[in-house]
Amino acid sequence: MYHYNDFDRAFVQERVDQFRAQVERRIDGSLTEDEFKPLRLMNGLYLQLHAYMLRVAIPYGTLSSDQMRTLALLAEKWDRGYGHFTTRQNIQYNWPALKDVPDMLQALADVGMHAIQTSGNTIRNVTADHFAGAAADEVADPRPVAELLRQWSTDHPEFQFLPRKFKIAVTGAAHDRAVIQAHDIGIQIVENAHGEIGYKLLVGGGLGRTPMIGKVIEEFVAQEDLLPYCEAIVAAYNLMGRRDNKYKARIKITVFENGLDTFRDAVLAQFERTKAAFTGVDVKLFEEIRAQFAPPAWRNAPTDAYDAAYRADPVFRSWADTNLAAHRAEGYAIVSVSIKKPGQTPGDATAEQMRVLADLARDFGHDELRISHEQNVILPHVHKSDLPKLHAKLREHGLATANIGLVSDIIACPGMDYCALATARSIPVAQQIALRFEELKLEHDVGPLKIKISGCINACGHHHVGHIGILGLDRAGVENYQVTLGGSGDETASIGERAGPGFSADEIVPAIERLVLGYLDLRAGPEETFLQAYRRLGPAPFKAVLYPEQEAKRERADAA
Amino acid sequence: MPRQFTPKVVTANRLLEGDAVWLTEDGRWTPDMREAELLDEEAHAELRLLLAQSQPDVVVGPYLADARPGAEGPEPTHFRETFRTRGPSNYTHGKQVEL
Repeated sequence: MYHYNDFDRAFVQERVDQFRAQVERRIDGSLTEDEFKPLRLMNGLYLQLHAYMLRVAIPYGTLSSDQMRTLALLAEKWDRGYGHFTTRQNIQYNWPALKDVPDMLQALADVGMHAIQTSGNTIRNVTADHFAGAAADEVADPRPVAELLRQWSTDHPEFQFLPRKFKIAVTGAAHDRAVIQAHDIGIQIVENAHGEIGYKLLVGGGLGRTPMIGKVIEEFVAQEDLLPYCEAIVAAYNLMGRRDNKYKARIKITVFENGLDTFRDAVLAQFERTKAAFTGVDVKLFEEIRAQFAPPAWRNAPTDAYDAAYRADPVFRSWADTNLAAHRAEGYAIVSVSIKKPGQTPGDATAEQMRVLADLARDFGHDELRISHEQNVILPHVHKSDLPKLHAKLREHGLATANIGLVSDIIACPGMDYCALATARSIPVAQQIALRFEELKLEHDVGPLKIKISGCINACGHHHVGHIGILGLDRAGVENYQVTLGGSGDETASIGERAGPGFSADEIVPAIERLVLGYLDLRAGPEETFLQAYRRLGPAPFKAVLYPEQEAKRERADAA
Repeated sequence: MPRQFTPKVVTANRLLEGDAVWLTEDGRWTPDMREAELLDEEAHAELRLLLAQSQPDVVVGPYLADARPGAEGPEPTHFRETFRTRGPSNYTHGKQVEL
């Protein structure tokens, strides 16, 4: 893991001290809200429906156990005993008082964390595959690149006032767990025919009001060209991006309106300049960063305890089948800890749960944790012989839900329960769907299914790339939920298609139930997932089960 | 034709705590919407909003929100404003337990 050097520490400390003085001046009246708002947003502090909200960056979702313990401390000391993990691998606190925020930032700085650039028209927290450094299928660990990008983008003087916010994601594996095709810049680490590591770069992906899949701007960018190339992309966007219309200001619109080739020409023109300005210091820095991400010393031990528990204990077996993923090291597993127990708020963890997870990481997980964009917590390196003990501990604390990738593992944004931008609630919909499917005892039969819910068009809940997407809107003063079908956020990314008219808050859960039960009838066999069935059959049969009345009317018309 | 004025309340978030508050007839900020002044006249509403805007050391982002008279005082007409009077639906936090 990366540890702050003296420069990082001094920089973050300076920002905490600055913000402390700014808060004091806001409270004593020397700063107006208009003056203060951009300053608080630069430090991740929003004002929401019921309170302030502090968004803390968790760069590429990686945490040490000490850092996780500090997140628990913040929840307990300055909030209401919990935190909300987000789809950008960040954590949000929903109830801080203004005067306490400098102390919260100080506690974070003490463990090498901050809330810088978690808001505003800047380059936001760089996200990465949450299995980074552990996945059996990766070409290289994406975190050194993500950390390099974090250092480059933090307080970058040219990129503090971009036309709009800017999001970068990195994957080190061909199987994309980081949704790189829905990012302003998506980066995939690749190996060329000569065995050299380089980067495939995508631009212009994004969700929100105008969802678009990213386009490949370069198939292979060498290590020494990566930062100059990224700087050229952002510089070109900074000049060409629209500032006349907020809804057309993201790079996806810039690329779409100008065409990829024109945009690439502009990038290459910038690249001549940026390439000359980079002296190789970035490559040296990258090597230093990469050394800090050396894998831990793997243990070589028998896995008998795991094998025995797997044979003997059906609850353990179900959890192992659902929540474990293949690790690159012999005898190890990647553990996804679901914080989506049915009825729970997706992504919320109590201070106590955070401490338990920190202890488990320390005792069984080489001191590492990850936050996934799917709002779960990952213990990336657990030796299989420790899994029965780990599972028992998780059960004690309500953390052993075996539902990773299933119906109840729902992504949901905070929606109108907290967010000032929301047009409808998302959390209660997620809770009700999860509880309903728990009642039906069907989710293991249904298999892999990603339901994603956003409470407004900005799509923080990634509904466009949900196999089933739900978008909450305000229709004439009433909450209304639109369903999209067939979205995907992996390497076969696609934007979901709107199924038809929206549903009321009372109708949406039965509608999702019809859809999922309908899929069970439509699929070719248990091995065909919802997404595969949708791609094979197209929307018509799914719409028919979603809107049975229209279907009945159509059948009557056909018969007549 | 100008749109007919519908009754309003002045609401904002408190600077220090960040919670939702409403302006009362005697110029206080209350966390209980039922104590708010219901504004029936557009000109008067604008004046009350100006008063709120002149208190940046107390509240943030004051605005006029639609409201209707109720048995115990003004009530919200839109669900967003209803949520502001009680807090989130996933925990019993906020005004639903504080008032």
